[in-house]
Amino acid sequence: MTVAYALLGFLEEETRHGYDLKQAYDALFDAGRPVQFGQIYATLGRLERDGRIRLAAQEPGQGPERKRYEITAEGIDELHRWLSEPEAPEPNLQRTLFAKTVLALTTGRDAGAYLDAQRGAHLERMRELTALKTGADLATALLADFALFHLEADLRWIEQTRGRLDSLRQEVTR
Amino acid sequence: MNDGIIDAKGLVKDFGTTKALRGVTLTIRGGEMVAIAGPSGAGKSTLLYCLSGILQPDWGTVTFAGRRLETLGEADRAALRRREFGFVFQFGQLVSELRAVDNVALPLVIDGVRRVEATHRALDWLERLGAADVARETPDELSGGEVQRVAIARALVTGPRVVFADEPTGALDSIAGDEVMTVLTEHARAQGITLVVVTHEPRVAAYMHREIVVRDGTVASREAVR
Repeated sequence: MTVAYALLGFLEEETRHGYDLKQAYDALFDAGRPVQFGQIYATLGRLERDGRIRLAAQEPGQGPERKRYEITAEGIDELHRWLSEPEAPEPNLQRTLFAKTVLALTTGRDAGAYLDAQRGAHLERMRELTALKTGADLATALLADFALFHLEADLRWIEQTRGRLDSLRQEVTR
Repeated sequence: MNDGIIDAKGLVKDFGTTKALRGVTLTIRGGEMVAIAGPSGAGKSTLLYCLSGILQPDWGTVTFAGRRLETLGEADRAALRRREFGFVFQFGQLVSELRAVDNVALPLVIDGVRRVEATHRALDWLERLGAADVARETPDELSGGEVQRVAIARALVTGPRVVFADEPTGALDSIAGDEVMTVLTEHARAQGITLVVVTHEPRVAAYMHREIVVRDGTVASREAVR
């Protein structure tokens, strides 16, 4: 899911072909798990089908990697919507939160505003869970605690990242 | 129209070359429970102390229920703190030579309440907070959670309108921290007390109605009043 938005973010900067996009993705988001070419091309196919990107040029003598893509107005709208909206707080969000932060920076958007909005969404969910466990039986309280500790870990990461956005911006945009 | 019980405008506070607060403006409404959150050194505790009249800001104003704190003399501010505000600190800050019940009774005794009456009210609050069985023990005989229950009883015994708490669970494990936050918020809610809690822990902030985030001495983000 984040691969599609990452590709939209890269294409918002400039037109690119598949090989470029894989390089750009791995440079920012690899973390020991490079994205497969197959996933890049399948994602480009879906984005093109849905009108988010279109073919900008087809260079001669080419395989599929020689197709150069550009983002459409619909694609920019979709990227902006995704980067502006906090994620529903749930487990295992770390890759998505990181991707949104980095893409907000590389596309010149306000990553701080995104992180603040995400913090608010997380804290609201934590309030619901805290209210749920107050006066609840122990099993319910422990289940709520499980979710609370995970959300708290996300929030600590959000705060840490919020405090280091300037350095991160320099690193990912150089 | 402004229905804040506490209004702060443009608070600035320096400690030597360190700019602790750089122009903080906020409103807290009566009965609200508000977390002041943010990283270490952001100015959270300084803000709490300025809001509660413990520290005087270098610039800016704090108004409590229509009274400008900076216009009051030190004696009047001390009386205001004693009668209208309650305080809970990270390590309880109980008087080590006094038994728990005498610690709780202390603000009443200082304010002229007869000792028998003060002790009676202190015992009542210790019982409400589930700490009656430690009433006759001194602070060094208590666990961290018990110390904070006694500190909360001491903060509530005068019937304050606002309780200020600075990292009230900072010295506790998460189970004791949950218990302390539960009793603190339950009793604040039941008494209609405004609660202002400084914390760097999201799990503590989640007990509050809303959060004000302080970074580098300014309000970095704030949630809407509910």
